[in-house]
Amino acid sequence: MKTILRLTICVLFFWTANANCQSKMVSIKGATYTPLYGRDSLQVTIADFYMDVYPVTNEEFLQFVSENPIWKRSKVKKLFADATYLIKWKSDTALNENQSLKAPVTNVSWFAANDYCESQGKRLPTVDEWEYVAMANEKLPDARTLKKYNEYILSWYEKPKTFNNEIGSTFKNYWGVYDLHGLVWEWTLDFNSVLVSGESRKDVDNDSNLFCGSAAIGATDLMNYAAFMRYAIRGSVKAKYTMNNLGFRCVKD
Amino acid sequence: MKNLRNIVKTGLMGIALLLFVSCNSTEEKKIIDFAKIQVQGTMDAELTSPPFVPAPVGDRAAKKLIVNMEILEQEGTMTDGVKYVYWTFGGSVPGSFIRTRVGDEVEFTLSNHPDNKLPHNIDLHAVTGPGGGATSSFVAPGHEKTFSFKTLNPGLYVYHCATAPVGMHIANGMYGLILVEPEGGLPKVDKEYYIMQGDFYTKGENGEPGLQPFDMQKAVDEDADYVVFNGKVGALTGDNAITANVGETVRLYVGNGGPNLTSSFHVIGEIFDNVHIEGGSLLNKNVQTTSIPAGGAAIVDFKVDVPGTFIIVDHAIFRAFNKGALGMLKVTGEENKQLYSGVKQEGIYHPEGGTIQTMPNGEAKKEVNLNKTLAEKVASGKQIYTKTCFACHQANGEGIANAFPPLAKSDYLNADVKRAIDIVLNGKTGEITVNGAKYNSIMTKQTLTDDEIADVLTYVYNSWGNNKTNVDASMVSEVKNTH
Repeated sequence: MKTILRLTICVLFFWTANANCQSKMVSIKGATYTPLYGRDSLQVTIADFYMDVYPVTNEEFLQFVSENPIWKRSKVKKLFADATYLIKWKSDTALNENQSLKAPVTNVSWFAANDYCESQGKRLPTVDEWEYVAMANEKLPDARTLKKYNEYILSWYEKPKTFNNEIGSTFKNYWGVYDLHGLVWEWTLDFNSVLVSGESRKDVDNDSNLFCGSAAIGATDLMNYAAFMRYAIRGSVKAKYTMNNLGFRCVKD
Repeated sequence: MKNLRNIVKTGLMGIALLLFVSCNSTEEKKIIDFAKIQVQGTMDAELTSPPFVPAPVGDRAAKKLIVNMEILEQEGTMTDGVKYVYWTFGGSVPGSFIRTRVGDEVEFTLSNHPDNKLPHNIDLHAVTGPGGGATSSFVAPGHEKTFSFKTLNPGLYVYHCATAPVGMHIANGMYGLILVEPEGGLPKVDKEYYIMQGDFYTKGENGEPGLQPFDMQKAVDEDADYVVFNGKVGALTGDNAITANVGETVRLYVGNGGPNLTSSFHVIGEIFDNVHIEGGSLLNKNVQTTSIPAGGAAIVDFKVDVPGTFIIVDHAIFRAFNKGALGMLKVTGEENKQLYSGVKQEGIYHPEGGTIQTMPNGEAKKEVNLNKTLAEKVASGKQIYTKTCFACHQANGEGIANAFPPLAKSDYLNADVKRAIDIVLNGKTGEITVNGAKYNSIMTKQTLTDDEIADVLTYVYNSWGNNKTNVDASMVSEVKNTH
């Protein structure tokens, strides 16, 4: 009897926690900062905005798909999502046994992510917004020069199948946002605005100034390495691409 | 008059120069001709993982060659007890060996496994074109890219990933070799093998157990924890050694992936009959040690005349005995006493094993884990053995005749456990008799904890036909305190 009671309390607690974390947002105070790729002359100003605390989950995306059948795996237009769209799901509307409702949704295209955010009255974050929030650690709004912060990011590249982990399994940062590092890559609104040619060494003297020479040449800096990885992945994808390790979250002005 | 003579002189020189130039241009034409070789038919390339290479091209015509390579990010073993996440071309470090002939048109498809986290690409040094293919092969996880190129220059070439951060991709194992054979193929040999050196940088020091992450700072400082052949310690030793028979000619395709260190490639007890310097067309003969730069290669061949185990090393020798750059070529067959008498020891080095050696007064680390089962002690002892004892006493405790006494079925070992503990603690100099053979060598004092000594001796006593003594740390400290 006692056990059942305890269980009920547990379940109740779990439910409330869940309800809270669904589409919960926090406010981000804007500022002017130098992006990871940048030089001093390339400062970026971010206006105040709200960001989802967690990446969008399988559960939330299941709901979205059932309300928007054009985004069902069997219905989706090839132009808007490639062959691996939601490939790990059991069916159009069900997960596989090894998948968690609370894991971030992955294998979604930019088009699908973009539509999801719009359906919630939100939008995808820009690269600059995403990077701005992601440069925080637990304590500081800008931890980019800390060795530990960068090591944490780099160590994720060596952890296999983190896309199966649940949301909230990494740290809560300065802004109250979870999982920007250590869970999955995330789509950004203008992911393809940074032109990485694929020939990273050539980009050293590219005058596309988003990928400036000094950053690549002075690559002794750990922070550049951690950042390069994100720009490389963004540069390698197209809007219809879907990947096991790529999810998203939304923001609102 | 003088002027006229000068003019004539200049004129003559000019003509001579012209002749020279025209001579040169016929040479150039010959090279350009490789681009004009017509391909006949299509074939799928045979890809092999190290230490093996695909079959020689022989006298086949140039063809359209289909190469499919998959990129896998996967956990592997750096050395016993130490794991590492490798990024690989084809699931091995170095990546699959690609064998082509000059004039081939290679259609290359690079696939990036869906579970991978990162985009990758490939820069083949055998490619004439921007980025060596890197620009055309940049591929996101779960996708593939195809590009093609014609092989214009015979030689042995490195390929590697060139995605930012390039150094990290290479340091994690993303390199391999592509061979472009000349028309008619390289001269026939009996055995061919594929060896590639690489340096690795881990958060923990050499030998620290567990899954070790990549350490960017050490890589930048060029402070390698492991320098190895074929991606891990022991990839070419013991049962993994490459083999040949007496009288055969062995050719090694040797590359160096780096990312940082130049290899001083050497086979102890052999002299390279031929070396294709830097993997190119220039042949050098009778070479002891050949230099292989990071991102470079060499083709070496030699005839093996006498039987025995020939140790392959980076002759920057601490890398060999302390960081893992050590392989073995086992040659079997008839002895030839005229060529090699057999009384001298193999090589002239005193391999010391991977543990740092200190003078007898060095302070020992203290860490005790009580209540280990015999199986746990043996398992841990095996790791210590591989790191510390293996270089001299060999994989199965067989030792090396006339140099390092055997530990397998050793009467000397089984007779007195306290003496064995004492030798590990304090080292041993002078003549001893083991299984009827005399040895006069030096073993240095080993910097191991009491616990480690107990484990490694328990492993030795419980292996290879020894008397199964279970040594515990208290026995070690007892021996220590009687001194």
